[in-house]
Amino acid sequence: MVREEAREGRESTGVARVSAALWRRAWLRAALTLSPPLAWFLVIYLASLIVMLVTAFWTVNPFTNNLEHQFTLSNFTALFDAPIPAIIGRTVLIAALVTVTDAFIALPFAYFMARIATPRVRNALFVAVLLPLWASYLARVYAWIIILTKDGTLDWTTQHLGLGSPNIAYTNLAMYIVFSYIWLPFMILPVYGALERIPDSFIEASADLGARNWRTLRSVVLPLALPGVVAGSIFTFSLTLGDYITPLLIGSGSGTNLIGNVIYDNIGLANNLPFAAALAFVPIVIMTVYLLVARALGAFEAM
Amino acid sequence: MIHNTFFRRRRRSAAMIVALALPLLMAGWVGGAAAAPGAAARSGGSGLTPPTQNMKPQQSIGKGEGQLNLIAWEGYTQPEWVKPFEQQTGCQVNAKYAGSSSEMVSLMANGGGGQYDLVSASGDADLRLIYGGDVKPVNMKLIPSWQQLRPFLQSPDFNTINGVHYGVSLQFGPNDLLYSTKAFPKAPTSWSVIYSKKYAGKITIPNNPIQIADAALYLSAHERSLKITDPYELTQTQFNAAVNLLKEQRPLVKAYWSLASAEISLFENGETIVGAAWPYQTGQLKSAGAKVADTIPSEGATGWADSWLLATKAPHPNCAYKWMAYITTAKVQAEQAVSYGETPDNSLACPVMDKLSKGSCESLHANEPDVYFKTIKFWKTPLAQCDNGQNDCVPFQDWETAWTQITG
Repeated sequence: MVREEAREGRESTGVARVSAALWRRAWLRAALTLSPPLAWFLVIYLASLIVMLVTAFWTVNPFTNNLEHQFTLSNFTALFDAPIPAIIGRTVLIAALVTVTDAFIALPFAYFMARIATPRVRNALFVAVLLPLWASYLARVYAWIIILTKDGTLDWTTQHLGLGSPNIAYTNLAMYIVFSYIWLPFMILPVYGALERIPDSFIEASADLGARNWRTLRSVVLPLALPGVVAGSIFTFSLTLGDYITPLLIGSGSGTNLIGNVIYDNIGLANNLPFAAALAFVPIVIMTVYLLVARALGAFEAM
Repeated sequence: MIHNTFFRRRRRSAAMIVALALPLLMAGWVGGAAAAPGAAARSGGSGLTPPTQNMKPQQSIGKGEGQLNLIAWEGYTQPEWVKPFEQQTGCQVNAKYAGSSSEMVSLMANGGGGQYDLVSASGDADLRLIYGGDVKPVNMKLIPSWQQLRPFLQSPDFNTINGVHYGVSLQFGPNDLLYSTKAFPKAPTSWSVIYSKKYAGKITIPNNPIQIADAALYLSAHERSLKITDPYELTQTQFNAAVNLLKEQRPLVKAYWSLASAEISLFENGETIVGAAWPYQTGQLKSAGAKVADTIPSEGATGWADSWLLATKAPHPNCAYKWMAYITTAKVQAEQAVSYGETPDNSLACPVMDKLSKGSCESLHANEPDVYFKTIKFWKTPLAQCDNGQNDCVPFQDWETAWTQITG
């Protein structure tokens, strides 16, 4: 009896001391809990980015095609050689158009889902939005080739309507359409999340204060939906900046290079990692600027 | 490197596409870092000799080691011919698929690292592996069916240097001219059709910088003042001429195809009527009932050729030799040719191919005499050093940069 008590006491001194120490030092507790995911983040996320940054300052030996660890800025100055600036401009323009288009489609759609549809309809719409994400990206891009190609679905339809043959396959317009389609779920979901969180009382209060529907929408709903739109735009914008499959398959006409496929070509074909790495910094810089501007405009305040 | 997934390896395409750029980037970095000291030592310029040139190859094939580790293109180690090999030799085949020639070179760094035995390298990677010391001499006496290979593939300059073999040739194919027989009742005799305004908007060519070599090949016949002898070794003047030709061609091009299937649909829909292609597309289109044919025009053509190269530190050399002896036999050559859609190197493979798939021998040109392929310039990596030792050739990074300018 006595001996048992003594042992318990010893045990408790060991474990209890640790737990007491952890309880007193909240920072230590947090550090221990966070260190595994943090280490993972550092190794996987940041280390690869740093490797990329370092590679961008190296060169490729023109004799052996091997990487040479000699510091140079030539990869960055090469970003200003034609046609790279035009390709960057084209990429940003398409990304911006895709983002605006998706926002315009997503807002009414998400509003209906969040505030008007019955739970049954809402679930059905959710499935409809998410369904494409379950299918292979490549299969969906291929489906668009069939739609846009000569004598494809689109051509067939417009011809039967007497509108002639648009034949827009392999153009920038085709890429814009496909990107808008592919990234739409990434815009709808955050906008839906933002709209769903608006309490009904806000809308009622607006009505009580004499605001009509349009005014309520403009002054209450849209400002509260804005963080969702910004969150969605981060997806649509950055995904367009980095994608290389759509430019290779849907673009592929002349003058349809985007940042993503030029990076891909430099890695996969030319083994020119340094230039690919330098070019990969362009989307990072663009996204940083974009987020800073969004923050300055107060887009994150309601988040 | 030059011909990878998107451009030839149709079976790898899906896998490659889902692969993110970052792992590739890191793999390339690690590989590049490992190879760097050698690179610095060799960058002096002329007079390269393969570091393993004087290694004595083995004189007989001993007992198999029970294992064989391969680096291969996906589709090159199908159960159809791997299973019988394993049963015959007791060598268990472990294949690692590489996504690009660059990846193959990275994996083979340091002589295969004592891990890999053989690599199914393509012409554009061969020289890098040979001059990197990653592969070693092979004794052809131990590979009986080597005698049956087409003569021009027994000691080609992409895997044989100074009479020393670093591996055995495997399969090849030309980049030929595909055309609609409706638009061209008679086969075009010149590549000029893909540079002709007459067919504006009806032309497709591969989205691949190596296409500059095709333009150079065309110029070598038509602009003799440029004195182009090798389309992969171009001086700046020759290179600029080829690039200008392609820039003039740009408005005529409907699409720069990245996947073989993309070109197939272009021809199926009649969106294009003439273009640069591989025999594979012709076969697929014909079997789908499309009215097309292909030809090697008078200027000749570029092409690709793969070889099994022996790693310097191969841990299972006996199994490796058994594999090289097996993979070059007519039957296995035919199986792989039909399965993959490429031309076998073994000259006796044709009847077996037709047994496996009727008409495959003809559509893959396995029945053509050597003369037909004489005009093929096989892909190799454009390096700054030309064959004559001069250092004024345009290296491949510049090809890529120029290609981006061409396609806009």
